[in-house]
Amino acid sequence: MSLRRLKAVTKKELLHIVRDYRSLWLAIALPLVMLLLFGYALTLDVDRIPTYVYDQDHTPESRDLINQFRGSRYFQILEAVNSYRATDRAIDKSTILLSIVVPKYYSRHLLAGEEADVQLLVDGSDSNTASIALGYADAVVQSYAAQLRSDAQVRRGGQALQVPVEPRIRVWYNSDLKSKNFIVPGLIAVTMMIIASMLSSLTIAREWENGTMEQLLSTPVRPGELVLGKLIAYFALGIVDMLISIIVGVFIFQVPFRGDVWFLFFTSCLFLFGALSWGIFLSASTRSQLMAFQLGMLSSFLPGYLLSGFIYSITNMPKVIQLISYVVPARYFVNILNGVFLKGVGTRVLWLEVVMLAVYAGLVFVGASRKMRLKVA
Amino acid sequence: MRERLLGIIQKEFRQAFREPRMRTMLFLPPLIQLFVFGFAVNLDVDHAYLAWMDGDQTYESRELLAAFQGSGRFDVVALPASDRDVQRLLDSNKADLVVRVLPGFERDLLRDRPTSVQVLINGANSNTASIVSSYASSIITSFASQVMQEQNRARLEARQAPTAVSFQGPQLKMQSRVWFNPDLRSRNYFVPGIVVNIIMLVTLMLTAMAIVREKEIGTMEQLMVTPIRPIELMLGKTLPFALVGLIDTLLVVVAALLLFHIPFRGSALLLFFCGALFLMTSLGAGLFISTISQTQQQAMMTTFMFFQPFFLLSGFAFPIRNMPEAIQILTLLNPVRYFMEIVRGLFLKGSGVDVLWPQMVALAVFGVVILTLSSLRFRKRLD
Repeated sequence: MSLRRLKAVTKKELLHIVRDYRSLWLAIALPLVMLLLFGYALTLDVDRIPTYVYDQDHTPESRDLINQFRGSRYFQILEAVNSYRATDRAIDKSTILLSIVVPKYYSRHLLAGEEADVQLLVDGSDSNTASIALGYADAVVQSYAAQLRSDAQVRRGGQALQVPVEPRIRVWYNSDLKSKNFIVPGLIAVTMMIIASMLSSLTIAREWENGTMEQLLSTPVRPGELVLGKLIAYFALGIVDMLISIIVGVFIFQVPFRGDVWFLFFTSCLFLFGALSWGIFLSASTRSQLMAFQLGMLSSFLPGYLLSGFIYSITNMPKVIQLISYVVPARYFVNILNGVFLKGVGTRVLWLEVVMLAVYAGLVFVGASRKMRLKVA
Repeated sequence: MRERLLGIIQKEFRQAFREPRMRTMLFLPPLIQLFVFGFAVNLDVDHAYLAWMDGDQTYESRELLAAFQGSGRFDVVALPASDRDVQRLLDSNKADLVVRVLPGFERDLLRDRPTSVQVLINGANSNTASIVSSYASSIITSFASQVMQEQNRARLEARQAPTAVSFQGPQLKMQSRVWFNPDLRSRNYFVPGIVVNIIMLVTLMLTAMAIVREKEIGTMEQLMVTPIRPIELMLGKTLPFALVGLIDTLLVVVAALLLFHIPFRGSALLLFFCGALFLMTSLGAGLFISTISQTQQQAMMTTFMFFQPFFLLSGFAFPIRNMPEAIQILTLLNPVRYFMEIVRGLFLKGSGVDVLWPQMVALAVFGVVILTLSSLRFRKRLD
């Protein structure tokens, strides 16, 4: 390996990157757009569920019950309607997700000490929102029921009832349960995967497709130098993207950063190295850019996005998919990112992840150089 | 005209299907995407990892544990003994929640003193955390109301009037009926959305790449010296991919139904009709990208840049309702949003034209406008 030739290849590749200023611009804008979307617009947090009320009873008791829902910040009562037709239609058209129906004789049953029903009609298509909404509704009804029972005891001369066991819930790491706090750090991994699958996976395929590979082959440059040189150029781009993501995440979106900056930097480099090597490996295996891109999307971006635990938690997946996720390097990196940003943990907890990333990067780099040599020979 | 058009269509087909590897690339990635997306995209929490820290070790504390286990939603994975164990479990993601029963739990219950159960939740994934938190609190609350009834009965039997009055208290019960997706499986919601995602990505990218490829390797000049007209070239370039898009739609829908057992309640014909409407938009966008890109790499990056925001703001995973007001208004300009609503309506709700017509009109308008504008631009570029 000669340093001079390596430098030459790197310089050539950097020139390619800088000269194609639109790709460069896109490579920098893409992470920013994703960050803005996830930091500002996209959230899984459920509140203000659009709700209709259909009160068939029209008594002070039924109104009191409905007021319990009105008081909760999770429900937004849009309208009080007077028929099932209206609620059904609204659910069909997705204007509302939930309708609360208080049946006739609700207050009569309630005052007689019989079982009084409240009916909830839920649009379950978005099951995540629906189950969270049901949980909130259940909590509203249960606490109201306990209060009613206690009030009734007092009215009849008894002692107020106390709730015997109360859950005291404390949420660690992300106490206000904001989804951006875990999505924005994870985005760093996804962004790097995008760079790897869209930039580095094309670089060698393009040389083949445009016929410049033959020219390169006639120079004394060796396969290993070619791979490393190209890698270094894209590495620089990846680091810029990483810094942008971290700075925007921490300073604009106020994502907590509790760990060690240098640890994050070191592991990011490790991950980036592996991801880019994989891109080059793909690029060396196929001679068409379209195919390299397709393969890159399937093997880098898609698993990085879906099987890394970035948004969708791995424990919910079927066992087979969970096993597959062990070979997805982004999985380890997302763990590291969450650990460093939210939990403030370091090597003591995350050493295994670091080792896995190092092993992956080493294997893939060797593989890429080998592949290159085979293709060239 | 017809002859030339047929000629170019034939050429495109030959180019797309000549290479066996390319042939597979047209149809295999959509299926892989469906598979991975379908299994991975899931926001349900079925088996939360529970660490049980029992400082009381009594009958009542074990009853509470049984209530957690009996719910079927928690797997007890650890029995930590110290705070350090708890910290370690949460730090390393080995537990989603830790329930801590403090010493004296049973004693307090027997003496009618209010007590509490500590629940520590790993909030790193806020979605899992809020679901887990609502499960846990509902289990504890229903345990509490059971205890409350027992206490009341005990007091009545001991005739400790007037602390308790012989009387059945008011009872309130919530009856929920879940429509369209009674088991609340998020797969039923996501898989139809994945269909949209795949159709869009495939057609957008193939069109953009096919045209830019000719530019990049210089065969576009050769095409231009033939008597073919821009409109014919454009049709010839897009029609094959429209066909591929429709075949992919069929393939992915059938695979989704077979693989994931999701319901399809609407009309298949309507789905294809709306699919064709949507293809106008996505092919038009592909054409547009091809006019502003010089290299395949640029085309890909631009495709991705288009695709990501449109897809993320379509309501696929992140409800539009949750977005800030300004963004919600912006999504009205997003054709993918309408197609997403149509596909989900067809799969889950069995909606018909009477409900879906506004979305269909929007899709048609977008399709015609985008396709016309891109073709005009495409023609100007060629002239």
